[in-house]
Amino acid sequence: MEVLKVNSITKKYLTKTVLNNLNLALTEGKIYGLLGPNASGKTTLLKLIAGLTQPTGGSFSVSGKQAGVATKNLVSYLPTINHLPRWMTVGNCLSYYQDFYRDFSPKQAEERMVAMGLQPKQKISSLSTGMLGRLKIVLAMSRQSKLYLLDEPFNGLDPISREKVLEMILDAANEDNAVVIATHIIKEIESIMDEVIFLHEGQVALMGNVENLRQTRNMSVEELYKEVYGDA
Amino acid sequence: MSFDTRIPIYLQIMERIKKDIVSGKLKGGDKMPSVRAFAKELQVNVNTVQRVYQELEREKILYSQRGIGSFVTSNEAIVEQIKEEMARELLGNFVRGMRELGFSKERTLTALQAYMEGEQDGSVKG
Repeated sequence: MEVLKVNSITKKYLTKTVLNNLNLALTEGKIYGLLGPNASGKTTLLKLIAGLTQPTGGSFSVSGKQAGVATKNLVSYLPTINHLPRWMTVGNCLSYYQDFYRDFSPKQAEERMVAMGLQPKQKISSLSTGMLGRLKIVLAMSRQSKLYLLDEPFNGLDPISREKVLEMILDAANEDNAVVIATHIIKEIESIMDEVIFLHEGQVALMGNVENLRQTRNMSVEELYKEVYGDA
Repeated sequence: MSFDTRIPIYLQIMERIKKDIVSGKLKGGDKMPSVRAFAKELQVNVNTVQRVYQELEREKILYSQRGIGSFVTSNEAIVEQIKEEMARELLGNFVRGMRELGFSKERTLTALQAYMEGEQDGSVKG
């Protein structure tokens, strides 16, 4: 079933067009890699679907529901920045999420925190970048959402933390939801994506099943990226 | 397991399972891990493992029992067939490589024979 349907969305900031008549359809049970160079519109697209910014034109729906409060409840968004208050403890964040989101499972989050090596008493301000990255992904993936939008989940993380984040994504992905991972670190997600979406100048330049692309082009997604964007 | 990302990952996993069957690491009647568990172990997408199992079932190398899981075939003929296929592939690569070196058929055969005899004596290292 279709999780996300984007109909000719355009987003302009003053005179700059970031998304240009973009169309996209995502289905359940898949992990999508959202790729593109800086300023290709990845973050803007994710923020739009998460309901954090409004489109200049066009519309979208999540699981058949038109954009609005209803879709916000179905979408879990992981921002690049640290969105957690620095004075809170890891444990505080858990109750904070519980207050905010009805679909948040504190039990699942607690188990995952343990698996990630996070202690409830640790303060956000004292966490390393790697530990903060792990906490953010645990919180985002412990909501029972239809659509997970992850903006650069590996940024600034060491190889072990990256692997932990990857495990978390694989653990939460199932046949009822879809995961979108926007990233520059293509190598990290080569083996976990079903489909790849290449954004170029605010439009979908190429989209397809990664295994089929490998078969027909004898290329890794990373090599394909270089071909799609050339010197960009 | 690390993958060559230029080759479809499901094919690489299929290859590994076939090797494990031929080498006896996986035996007839062995139960395969669940799709989810195997995906986690290999750190790949669940759909990739699903495809692996489907393809192997199509080739009759695995069979599934509903609600229980996937199992390795006990059919020796099929195991033999995998062995033949893998041998053909190895031979193909070998012959191609020798041709590229400019070895004739006769010279290739002589070289192979000499190598294998040497290997038996222990004078050539693997």
